[in-house]
Amino acid sequence: MAYVPLADRDHEMELHHPHTWIGKWVFCQDHKVIAIQYGSIAIFTGLVGLVLSLLFRMQLGFPETADFIDPSFYYQAVTMHGMIMVIYLLTALFLGGFGNYLIPLMCGARDMVFPFMNMLSVWVFLVSVIILMASFFVTGGPTGGGWTLYPPQTTLAGTPGHDMGIVLMLISLAVFIVATTMGGLNYVVTVLQYRCRGLTLMRLPLAVWGIFVATILALFAFPALLVAAIMMLFDLLLGTSFFMPAIIESGTPLDHNGGSPILFQHLFWFFGHPEVYIVALPAFGLVSDVLSVHARKNIFGYRMMVWAIIAIGGLSFVVWAHHMYVSGMHPYFGFFFATTTLIIAVPTAIKVYNWILTLWEGDIRLNAPMYFAIGFIFTFIHGGLTGLFLGNVVIDLPLSDTYFVVAHFHMVMGVSPVLVVFAAIYHWYPKMSGRMYHEGMAKLHFWCTFLGTYAIYLPMHYLGFLGVPRRYYALGSTDFLPASAQDLNTTITIAALFVGASQLLFLINIIWSLRSGPKAGPNPWGAASLEWQTPDTPPVHGNWGDSLPTVYRWAYDYSVPGAHQDFIPQNTPESEEPTVDAEHFDPDTDGSKADV
Amino acid sequence: MALAVVVVLLVVGSIIFHFMQLYGGPWYFTELAADWGTIDFTINVTFWVTGFVFVVANLFMAWCVYKFRHKDGQKAVYEPENHKLEIGLTVFTTVGVIAMLAPGLFVWAQFVTVPEEADQYEVLGSQWQWQFRYPGADGQLGAADVSHVTPANPFGINPDDPNGQDDVVVNEPNMHLPVNRPAHALLRSHDVLHNYTVTQFRVKMDLVPGLVSYLWFDPTVEGTYDILCEELCGIGHFVMRGSVTVESQAEFDAWLASQPTFAETQAISEPDMAAGQAAYAICASCHGAQGEGNQALNGPKLAGQGAWYTERQLRYFQTGVRGGEGDTLGAQMTSMSMTLADDAAIRNVAAYIESLPDTPLDPTVTGDVENGRKIYQANCAACHLDDGRGTWYTDAPSLAGMSDWYFVTQISNFGAGIRGLHPNDHYGEQMVAMATAMSNISEIEDVAAYINTLR
Repeated sequence: MAYVPLADRDHEMELHHPHTWIGKWVFCQDHKVIAIQYGSIAIFTGLVGLVLSLLFRMQLGFPETADFIDPSFYYQAVTMHGMIMVIYLLTALFLGGFGNYLIPLMCGARDMVFPFMNMLSVWVFLVSVIILMASFFVTGGPTGGGWTLYPPQTTLAGTPGHDMGIVLMLISLAVFIVATTMGGLNYVVTVLQYRCRGLTLMRLPLAVWGIFVATILALFAFPALLVAAIMMLFDLLLGTSFFMPAIIESGTPLDHNGGSPILFQHLFWFFGHPEVYIVALPAFGLVSDVLSVHARKNIFGYRMMVWAIIAIGGLSFVVWAHHMYVSGMHPYFGFFFATTTLIIAVPTAIKVYNWILTLWEGDIRLNAPMYFAIGFIFTFIHGGLTGLFLGNVVIDLPLSDTYFVVAHFHMVMGVSPVLVVFAAIYHWYPKMSGRMYHEGMAKLHFWCTFLGTYAIYLPMHYLGFLGVPRRYYALGSTDFLPASAQDLNTTITIAALFVGASQLLFLINIIWSLRSGPKAGPNPWGAASLEWQTPDTPPVHGNWGDSLPTVYRWAYDYSVPGAHQDFIPQNTPESEEPTVDAEHFDPDTDGSKADV
Repeated sequence: MALAVVVVLLVVGSIIFHFMQLYGGPWYFTELAADWGTIDFTINVTFWVTGFVFVVANLFMAWCVYKFRHKDGQKAVYEPENHKLEIGLTVFTTVGVIAMLAPGLFVWAQFVTVPEEADQYEVLGSQWQWQFRYPGADGQLGAADVSHVTPANPFGINPDDPNGQDDVVVNEPNMHLPVNRPAHALLRSHDVLHNYTVTQFRVKMDLVPGLVSYLWFDPTVEGTYDILCEELCGIGHFVMRGSVTVESQAEFDAWLASQPTFAETQAISEPDMAAGQAAYAICASCHGAQGEGNQALNGPKLAGQGAWYTERQLRYFQTGVRGGEGDTLGAQMTSMSMTLADDAAIRNVAAYIESLPDTPLDPTVTGDVENGRKIYQANCAACHLDDGRGTWYTDAPSLAGMSDWYFVTQISNFGAGIRGLHPNDHYGEQMVAMATAMSNISEIEDVAAYINTLR
């Protein structure tokens, strides 16, 4: 039997319409409900991570007054903050949250291809979060081995949470990976198989491209972490020696022999570096769409942007050991990984150029999402450029394991994606809820977050130049550090407390606006991509009413010469509006082919 | 509009902040003390390239935001692609990347190639101490392995390896190096990952159990520099400190000659218990005939304490490391410790004390045992162990069954900086930091009350 695309078998597809309250809001198979469940769990977990960071910042900024934080809790808070933010907030929110919400809508599909598995994914994710949180309540507390969980340290008596905490962490990660795999397979198959008629891959919004490629990375990268977690569990519980050489624990020789701590690091970073892009690529995609819509201009260099996403995704698998320049691995690796790492700067830079060139000659509407998107470009330029220091192997020698590293990865992987998260939530909020958020409060939230985080992280780079080591409970008497280093640390803590508190503006805004925000139309921004063309706002189960949409153009037909308005929805036929997609555009004639 | 202005201000502010630090501000690279100016050169090249992109990209963006902000009647220009521009920018970026990478790889080649004339020494990391070993006259370090580690052989040097006999062992976290001699550090760990960092030398490398890693540098400026551990190694990570003194060859040679060789440390005779018992007579007046202590005379219990710890404390009292300003009771011990004429006398009396029967004392301190347990298990057990017996490996004395009132006094002294801040009290300094886990006297008593349950 010849293959018939899913979009042409719409009449055969059956949706599992819920009949009960529980079916509609709890065990629901609608990708939009699942997205909001994923997002809510992730944001709640992220709030825990945020509070932990404020607690350990108290210790660093006000060491004498914050004496309720002892060394043990400090290391636990640092560790849990890192793992929560990277995995349980950002990965879950971008893939499970935005991926779930946007992929079917942007692809013109009724739902994910496997709705039941999609539902399982969110519940398994919840289980992983519960296991993670349980480690706060077990003997010894959560692991304090650093979010990188390097053995042998994490499993030895000198590390907080070495008994139950680390076991729960590893199990939670394994369960999380199960959830991600179930979700991820869904996203990939849906993008490949469930696009509506006319929606070629090169007509997809960049948000879908970013999430799609990130999901592929996740499917390849997470197994390395899974294997590492299982092997460490074996070392811990069964006495194997995958990562354990012959060592001494608190004066007593252990039975382990022959294992390699560096093997764990290779496995961890084989996952860990793609993980950076699992977070970054969706952010790249989402911010591209936000910039384009609010600049009333197509994203500049669309095809280059797609290839850059793919190139970055591919390269992200051959740069992992730049996290290990000073790990004691064979130093010759440094030549290879420094080269691949700096090469990745080229496609990344292209993305930045194209974002800025999207603003060039645009008609920029400075709505709150646009504030966050432009703020993102600034922070990402900053974080990307400092990456060139650390990636260039010799410069990593002085800077590795200092505050410079902390500042760099927070700029590039913390602040930047989080600014995109806010941009995206504000941008799609009218579609998700049917109401507008409060614009003034959103902009105030932007100023507090954007300026506050820069006040945290710009000075932190300079502490790194000084040589202040990361993961120090207290600086103690260190001759080369001037007393003013502590003043800088205090300033950073004050800024962090301010940024932390200002996130209340966001929570209040989105909760208050759910009921009291002004009603939003179906397409308040005048956006061209499909999710804004649904017959209902918010979209109902099945998304598209009686018949699936048909796509006639790419997602970026803004300000097309000769069009009736400054955007043309993707499902508007050529007969009604001019078509000039990128492949037919001739820059020398400046859009004169618009009437082709 | 405001956004464009703020972006410009942030760019200008960042650049001003940077140049303020570059020219005399307190928060810039610590002054270089090794011949790694090439690393600093690469850093400077990277600053110029990235700084240029930072300024130009952001200012252009700010200008776009200002210039193309929405005005009535404005329409965006439709321009999906511009191949010439995109290719031009790609080429420009590639050139910039090569400009940074080329010197980087060149300098890395220098770093991975140790000069043949470099002097080897070994850095040993263990939770949470630094120790050092220098090859003796034969210029070769003896083989060493975890399996040979004992309190008397903390490096785990293979006793059968002739190369190891003349190795100079430094069992304290302070090392010396001759100036202007390339130094090749071999890095070894007995337990977890550590990282050997001297900020002024610019280079660092992890110590990995199970293998020997290395780094090299050529110290060019005399002085004493901090050694930090910069790979998270457990709860004591932040107190794993040491120092390296760079000095003239003559001073270095004299220092090295004053350190014992491995063979000498192994040849120390067995302690003389009879002599120890005789010497102990004077101690007994305050510490009790059986070393059981006497609170009325401020003499803590000694029986049950490892000889290695008693020896170290006696040396500390003799050399003024303990019993200094503010420690009036400790000062009494200074004069008493002087009755021990030499190292052998100290060893004898410490060994005798270790042989005394260890009878747990009755509690004199009360407190919230449960709170004490939480604090102890979270922070203290890493060194003093779950059973409170301590271990030489982490330089942690026994606490279980010892004088609880003395524990309270000493933790208070650590907290107040009366004990542990003498520059030669390398292990006490760690306790100054860890004592902050108990934030007030009642928490100290809680921990003491919990330790009283460990017997």
